[in-house]
Amino acid sequence: MRYIEPHAHMVSRVTDDYERMALAGCEVVCEPAFWAGYDRSAAEGFFDYFSQLTEHEPKRAAKFGLKHFCWLCINSKEAEDVKLAEEVIALVPKFLGRPNVLGIGEIGLNKNSRNEMRVLEMQVDLAAVHNQLILVHTPHLEDKLKGTKLILDVLKNDRRIKPERVIIDHVEEHTVAMVLDAGMWAGMTLYPETKCTPARAIDILEMYGNERLWLNSACDWGVSDPLAVPKTALEMKRRGHLAVAVEKIIFENPKMFLSQSEHFAAALKR
Amino acid sequence: MTRQQVLDLYFLDARHKLIEIAAFLDRVERADGADDFRVAAFRTALDKFSASGKSRAKDVLLAFSDHSTEPVDKAPGKGAVGAASL
Repeated sequence: MRYIEPHAHMVSRVTDDYERMALAGCEVVCEPAFWAGYDRSAAEGFFDYFSQLTEHEPKRAAKFGLKHFCWLCINSKEAEDVKLAEEVIALVPKFLGRPNVLGIGEIGLNKNSRNEMRVLEMQVDLAAVHNQLILVHTPHLEDKLKGTKLILDVLKNDRRIKPERVIIDHVEEHTVAMVLDAGMWAGMTLYPETKCTPARAIDILEMYGNERLWLNSACDWGVSDPLAVPKTALEMKRRGHLAVAVEKIIFENPKMFLSQSEHFAAALKR
Repeated sequence: MTRQQVLDLYFLDARHKLIEIAAFLDRVERADGADDFRVAAFRTALDKFSASGKSRAKDVLLAFSDHSTEPVDKAPGKGAVGAASL
């Protein structure tokens, strides 16, 4: 059973996780830039992080036969400091030409503040200017509904942004329809307590179809499971979904979206 | 799946989770102190269970959600708590 893990924060995971993912059939892992659990003190910290995502982490993944790709941005939890955000955003173009960079992400909102909105808009502009794919983080828990609506408004109001080149991640039952109706892709994140379970993610697939939807683990430094995607695939089979339908969700759909990145498409040819 | 298949696959797990919810509410009642907005939101969400239809999960999520539309002036910390304060 082959699969693509479209959202995993491997800088915070150990090599045992890489090995287990490879054994479970993972062929590609994609890593968005995220909050490390603490606020970085300066833009230089992000420069080093982007270097880690584009130089070191692909080598770590390659030891287990995995192709590694990444997204770059300043995340929404560190977006309250607009001056810092501007400095970080100015660094991103230096890395966009690196062969494992997919686009701008995971941008979005956290507490739905005015400064977070400004930084979101700056990064949407960055993506538009450089013709990059966009990966969006929607807020947690009680903030998700409001944040998803605000994010969709920003994206829909920018005519340069093509909806099929945007993936809105961490959707749940109350946000998935608005994302799909906007013509964008929707990611279901299998993360304990705060996001979807395998059963609910499959419910969403059964209710909304299997187009423009993918699964991911978003495994990070918190309690999370890097094997959440293959485990959900097993759950799909338990419910009677055919192997071809499972492969569409866990491999073909991510491949379809990510192939819009010239770097991903080029790597597939190698 | 047929309804029988759904029940065969998920009834025991759902039963377990329902008991956990009941035990949680008992624990809250036994503890001293006043309720806060989270308990009020939880009770509102529980009401969605008795409604008919096929959107209970969505309705529960909406019951816990912030329905305001304007960005806040400043982020009040980093974390979310699970329910919108009134």
